[in-house]
Amino acid sequence: MIRLFANAHYDFIKWRRWAYGLTAAIIIPGFALFLVRGLNYSIEFTGGTLIQVQTPEPVGTDRIRGALDAAGIRDAEIQQFGAPNEYVIRARIGRADAAVAGSTETTAAAVDSALARSLGPAPEHYKILRTEAVGPKVGRELQGKAFLAIFFSFIVTLVYLAVRFEWRFGLAAVLATFHDILTTIAFIRYLDLEVSLVVVGAVLTMVGYSLNDTIIIFDRVRENLRKFRRQNLYEILNLSINETLPRSVLTHGTTMATTVALVVLAGEVLRPFALVMTFAIFTGTFSSIYIAAPLLMYIEKRWPGEDARGARALRAAGSVPLNPPPAPGGGGSSEVRSKAAV
Amino acid sequence: MRTIRSRLIAIGGLLALAVWQLIPTDVTQRVRDATTGRMKDTTIRRVPINLGLDLQGGIHLALEVDQSKGPVPDCATAIQLAEKVVRTRIDEFGTSEPVVQIQGRCRLIVELAGEKDPARAKGIIQRTAFLEFRITDMKNLFRDALPEIDKALRRAGVRAPGQGAAAASVTQLFGADTGKAKGKTAKGKAAAKDTTELNAPDPLSSLLFQGQLPGEYLVPEEQVPVAESLLARPDVQRLIPRGIELRWGTEVLSRAGRSYRTLYAVEDRPIITGEYLQDAKALRDPLTNQSVVNFVLSRGGGRIFERETGRHVTDYMAIILDGRVQGQPPVIKSQIGQRGQIELGAKPLQDAQDLALVLKAGALPAPLTIIEERTIGPSLGRDSIRDGIRAGIVGVALVVLIMVTYYRLSGVLAVAALALYVVFTLAGLAGFGFTLTLPGLAGLVLSVGIAVDANVLIFERIREELQHGKLVRTAVDEGFLHAMSAIIDSNVSTALTAFILYLVGTGPVQGFAITLIIGIAASMITAIFVVRTFYMIWLDRRPDMATLSV
Repeated sequence: MIRLFANAHYDFIKWRRWAYGLTAAIIIPGFALFLVRGLNYSIEFTGGTLIQVQTPEPVGTDRIRGALDAAGIRDAEIQQFGAPNEYVIRARIGRADAAVAGSTETTAAAVDSALARSLGPAPEHYKILRTEAVGPKVGRELQGKAFLAIFFSFIVTLVYLAVRFEWRFGLAAVLATFHDILTTIAFIRYLDLEVSLVVVGAVLTMVGYSLNDTIIIFDRVRENLRKFRRQNLYEILNLSINETLPRSVLTHGTTMATTVALVVLAGEVLRPFALVMTFAIFTGTFSSIYIAAPLLMYIEKRWPGEDARGARALRAAGSVPLNPPPAPGGGGSSEVRSKAAV
Repeated sequence: MRTIRSRLIAIGGLLALAVWQLIPTDVTQRVRDATTGRMKDTTIRRVPINLGLDLQGGIHLALEVDQSKGPVPDCATAIQLAEKVVRTRIDEFGTSEPVVQIQGRCRLIVELAGEKDPARAKGIIQRTAFLEFRITDMKNLFRDALPEIDKALRRAGVRAPGQGAAAASVTQLFGADTGKAKGKTAKGKAAAKDTTELNAPDPLSSLLFQGQLPGEYLVPEEQVPVAESLLARPDVQRLIPRGIELRWGTEVLSRAGRSYRTLYAVEDRPIITGEYLQDAKALRDPLTNQSVVNFVLSRGGGRIFERETGRHVTDYMAIILDGRVQGQPPVIKSQIGQRGQIELGAKPLQDAQDLALVLKAGALPAPLTIIEERTIGPSLGRDSIRDGIRAGIVGVALVVLIMVTYYRLSGVLAVAALALYVVFTLAGLAGFGFTLTLPGLAGLVLSVGIAVDANVLIFERIREELQHGKLVRTAVDEGFLHAMSAIIDSNVSTALTAFILYLVGTGPVQGFAITLIIGIAASMITAIFVVRTFYMIWLDRRPDMATLSV
């Protein structure tokens, strides 16, 4: 039988300050870069034109740029996309000409005729695989929708957590998720990934996945708080993280297997999505252990819970609670205690 | 044992239901014929999962009313007019099942799967609507010409399609017609007998059934492509009487279990066109409780209409939008000036509203601007499917490898449940008619990785319980029991974010959210219920089992 990290007793919480340093080292430069340069939004958000062309032989981006320059189409980004003979041409709408409706469509037609003049007639010398022309209005709407989606997912999960857990747990979980969004933005900025609606979808899925991980640990914390009445929260958090460690390793392993398969094999369009999801596994795991758990500790210290499990949480181990809590649910306490003493 | 049996029955039932959803079925599609360029029905057999435009290729257009030449006060009505107009042109697109729908208040979405020529599609959509009123073929000139047409067709070697049951020429299907019609029919038959092929049914007129009013014919739905191709022949075109043109109707009538399309013989000269029309309103006459449409013409239009209707009292007037006759032509009861009323009798108000929209669409053509256009070539879609499936297979193989090496026999159970999970998820997509998009494909692959999480939670819990010295049976029970709250909490939180994504997202992203939600539901069933059942069977066979392969 293979067992990974079974009966581990790592003192995770002890390293929390190092973890804060590490995450700050990722977030702060990434955010500075984000504030200075912004994100590489897809034309869905900015409005503009995207044309994906395929040529029988690789012709190089310079050749295509030359063709567009000759036709007077400037400010277009040209990028090799996936296969060496496929290129993506992007022309975003600048703030200045945002008022000109319908200009995106004419751009697509202009690019088509410019390519035909320079490379030769369409089906033999080049092929247009994909065209997207998005007006500025649609882009603005989509920006608003993406923002709403992230905002509402926060509210809804907060409400759910408040119903299922105590608010202290919920707050810690949501702050940890917020941390994940910050690191993900930094990650997207570092790799200069194109932010499309699908990538926003990946960020939302990441929110769900990371929260999922935090919930698994908190669920165990909740259970252990009932079981081990003599330990303080610091010990209980460490115990719970260690107990759920094999599960975390396994689940993240299987999820990673699928996201890495998507990164490598699923093609250029899905790659940013798959990269964000792969990163989400790391940041979700990290934040569940090093952000959510210590935060729960601080929250308990700042606003001690009234109920039994909160009241004695950070008091010295061994102090007798004023009101004896209800009998612990399930699990023989003798064998459990022997384990807890380790 | 009884509980195991009932569980197995439940699983078997679910599986049968899922497989039934995924059995390839015959789907009828209207496709443009490559040689003739006409639309025809073809039947293909395929697994009933809808593919999004990003996977099958096609054109997605979002249109709004053009406000650049001054604001349009009521864009909601304008977009309804536009929708009506685009719908009447639906057959001109070279695609099966085009999607035309209003999104929000003032936006029209047109999706043309498989269409390759965006310029042509945009031309069809943005063309200005043309409305005209024409008098139907009151003298039955077309019907009188039918015998000649049939003769010409027979000479050209065209045989009547189908069975000879409708061997007579223009057949009375229902309703009253004049005795004159019967006489003509008999004459037509006699003419047919003159020819060399005595028993050969008439190629064209055997397809046509006389309708309720002069110039109206009904063509069985399945024969429409045949009739269209016959009528398009130059030798037939030459024989259609001077001053008469044929126009298909938009209505599909069903009589005695068959459906018929209407075909009208109308005069080639409109009595009035949409440019003179100023307004149209549908309402229900409070006295007679009948649906009516009131319309108003311009002053000049009123003069023309007065003169024309004066000449055509008791004639039928076809309302033609973009070459298609809309509804059944009403009869002209008396001379009409600037204001007229079309009575629809007992028909629902909805029909009247539709007709009013048609009139308005001709009167106030709403120019549309394209605010979003996406064209995906079919080869790109095929590549995406291939890459997605490849990534899926590799990802799933890795998951299977991890689960079986780590959890051994229990891992095999989880993998068996995973196979059921994939079938259930695909069946969910097919059964509820959701669309599989490229991000959806990614969601499907991703959810395989996440789906085993529930099993990992359960297995780890069982291992812990076994470590605490519990008996195998107790450990399994406790493992499932204690893992449950974590499984439910984590799945609900993922489902909630996916649901928000569905509400806010557009097409492809909605596809992702849907596959994720269906995947979560399916994984709850398989990971908890199915794996539990497998364990029950296993423990039932080996009641004395001391160690568990987990």
